[in-house]
Amino acid sequence: MVLEAKKINKHFRKPVDFHVLKDIDLNIKNGEFVSIMGKSGCGKSTLLYILSTMDTDYEGELFIKGQKISGKTRDELSYIRNKHIGFVFQFHYLLSEFTVLENVMLPAKKLGEKSLKEIEADAMEKLRILDIEGIAYNKASNISGGQKQRVAIARALINNPSIIMGDEPTGNLDSHNAQNVFSIFKKLSVEQGLSLLIVTHDLDFAKKTDRIVEMLDGRIIS
Amino acid sequence: MNTNLLLGIAKAHLLTKIKQTLIAALGVTFGIGSYITLVSFMTGLNEMLDSLILNQTPHIHVYNEIEPSESQPIANYSDFENSMNVVKSIKPKFSQTKIHNALPLIDKLNADKRVRGALPQLNIQLFYISGSIELVGNLKGIDIMKEVDLFNFGDYIIEGAAKDLENTNSGIFLGSGVAEKMSLKVGDRIQVSTVKGGVFPLKIVGIFQSGVADLDDIQSYANLSTVQRISGVPNNYITDINVKLYDIENAPSMAKSIAYQNKLKAVDIATANAQFETGTTIRNLITYAVSVTLLIVAGFGIYNILNMLIYEKMNDIAILKATGFSGKDVQFIFLSQAMIIGIIGGLLGLLVGFLLSSLIDGIPFETEALPTIKTYPVNFDVWYYIIGISFALVSTFFAGYLPSLKARRIDPVEIIRGQ
Ligand SMILES: Nc1ncnc2c1ncn2[C@@H]1O[C@H](COP(=O)(O)OP(=O)(O)OP(=O)(O)O)[C@@H](O)[C@H]1O
Ligand SMILES: [Mg+2]
Repeated sequence: MVLEAKKINKHFRKPVDFHVLKDIDLNIKNGEFVSIMGKSGCGKSTLLYILSTMDTDYEGELFIKGQKISGKTRDELSYIRNKHIGFVFQFHYLLSEFTVLENVMLPAKKLGEKSLKEIEADAMEKLRILDIEGIAYNKASNISGGQKQRVAIARALINNPSIIMGDEPTGNLDSHNAQNVFSIFKKLSVEQGLSLLIVTHDLDFAKKTDRIVEMLDGRIIS
Repeated sequence: MNTNLLLGIAKAHLLTKIKQTLIAALGVTFGIGSYITLVSFMTGLNEMLDSLILNQTPHIHVYNEIEPSESQPIANYSDFENSMNVVKSIKPKFSQTKIHNALPLIDKLNADKRVRGALPQLNIQLFYISGSIELVGNLKGIDIMKEVDLFNFGDYIIEGAAKDLENTNSGIFLGSGVAEKMSLKVGDRIQVSTVKGGVFPLKIVGIFQSGVADLDDIQSYANLSTVQRISGVPNNYITDINVKLYDIENAPSMAKSIAYQNKLKAVDIATANAQFETGTTIRNLITYAVSVTLLIVAGFGIYNILNMLIYEKMNDIAILKATGFSGKDVQFIFLSQAMIIGIIGGLLGLLVGFLLSSLIDGIPFETEALPTIKTYPVNFDVWYYIIGISFALVSTFFAGYLPSLKARRIDPVEIIRGQ
C-alpha cells in the first residue's frame, strides 16, 4: 500500500464552519493509477493537499508507505514530500530564472542523495522520457504551456517518488497536449509501475485509469 | 550542498532585480561609507586635540599658591569652639611661591613607579629690553631636554633646536609674539631685567610658538640654572613641578595625596581639562547618530526590496515548499539575500570610507596652533572598519529578518489554491 487515508475529516472554520471532507477512507496500492472525479467544490483539491502532506489541519490518519504521517513536524513533512511525493499542478509552476534542466534538478539537489553529475544525468533521463530533452537548456520562462507541464512532470519524477499526485494537471492544456500528458502518465504507470493519484474533470481520461474515485459533497461515494 | 543550492536561488532572485538590489546595496554603502569617513575624521580630530592637551599639559601640576589660610587662629581657641566667629578682611600671609623642599619632593616623585617623570620649573616675571622698548613678560626656567622628552616641547619650536638652548649658558627661547614685537630673530641679543632689578643679556637661540597668542606674546624659556642665576636664588629654588604619569587615570588621586602630604597645590589634568572630555563625547555622539540614521534608511531600502521580492516570488515559494523545501530553507533564501546586499554594500562602504578618509588626510590643514600638523588629521584605525562591516551585517540582518520570516510562514496551499 503506497497511500492510506483513514477517516479524514476537515473543517474550514472561516468565514463559517464548513465540514468540507467527511470520513474519507482511501487506499492506493502499489503501481495503481487512480483518478478522482466529482463536481466543482466537492473537496477534491482539499483532499489532495492533505494527502500530499501540505495541509496538516485535519482529523484522521494518513500513512505513506506504511509510515504514519499525521502529527509529524513541518520539517519532517518537507522531507517526505521531497522524497516520496511528486506533485503536478494545474498551473505549471516553474522557477522562471532557471533553465528547464535546473528546474528538474532542484528537488534532487534538495534531497542531496546523489552527486551533481548523477542528478544531472537523472534529470536528462526524465526529460528524455517526456520527450523534451531538446529544451533542457531553455529558460523555463521561454517554453510553451504544454512543454511547461511536461517539465513539471519531469520535476515530479526526479526523486523517483512513491506516488505522483496531480490536481487537474491537464486542466489548463488543449486536448492534444492533455492527451499527451495522459499517455505519459499511463506509460509511467505501465512501464515503471508508478502509483498515481490524479484529480480530473475529463471522463475519457478517468475511464482509462485503473480506478475512479467519485466524490460528492466531501464524501467518497464510489 | 543545501546551502549552495539556497544561495544559488537567492542569487538568481537578486539578479532578476539587479537595479533594485544595487540601489539597496548603495544605501548600505552610503551609511557605512559615511560612518567610516566621519569616525576616522572625528577621532582623528579628537586624538589630535587630546594629544595636544595631553602632550603639553602636565598630568599633575604642583605649585605653591599664595592664599589666605583656611583656618584662622581663633579656631584653635577652645573657648570659642561653639560660637560663630567673624573674622573680617583676611589677608594672605606673606610667603614665597617657592616650593619648600622641592628637590627631595622631585626625587621622591621620580622614584614612584606610576610616574614617568617630574620636572622642576622656575617661573619669574621680568621685562624684555631691546633698545628703547620694554615689554613685560614671563620667563620659565626649564630642563629643556626633559621637557622635549615628556611634554613634546620640540613640537612648538619653530626656529632653532632644543639642543641649542641646553648648550648655551645664557640662551633664551623667545615666544613668537615677543620676537615679532621687538623685531628680534635667532642670533640676536636681548636684555632682560628682573623685578628685583638687575639687567642681564641673553642670546636668542630659538623661537617657539604654542599657538595661544596671549602666551606667545609674553612667554619665554631658558635653562633652569640661567633663570635661577638671574633671579639671584639658589639652585633648589623651584616654583612649579610638572608631573607626567604612565596612566592618566591615577592623576586625581595622586594629585590629592601630593597636595595633602606637602601642603601644596596640585591640580590634575582631568580636573583642569574637564571640558575636553565633553567635546570628545559630543563628537562621537554626532558620528554615531549620523551613521545609525543613514543605516536605518538603508535598512528600510533592504526591507522594501525583500518585501517586493517575496511578493513577486510567491509562486516560487509555494513550489519550493511543495517540492520539499522547508520553511527554514525559504527563510534562509531571503535572509541571505538581505545579507548579500549587506555584505556587498558594506564592503563597498568600507572602500568608499577609506578613499574619502584618504582624501581628507591629504587636504592641507595649517594652523598656527599646531605647527607640526600639515594636513587634516585622520585616524585609520582598523577597528572602525571591523565595526563598520559588523554594523552593515547587523542592520541588514534586522532589515531582512521580518520579510524572511513572512516568507517562511507562507502557506503553499493558500498560494496554490489562490490560482
Ligand atoms: N480557504 C478556504 N476557506 C473556506 N472554504 C474553502 C477554502 N478553500 C476551499 N473552500 C471551500 O471548500 C470546498 C472545496 O474546495 P475544493 O477546492 O477542494 O473543491 P474542488 O473539488 O477542488 O473544486 P474544483 O473542481 O472547482 O477545483 C469549496 O466549496 C470551497 O468553496
Ligand atoms: Mg480543485
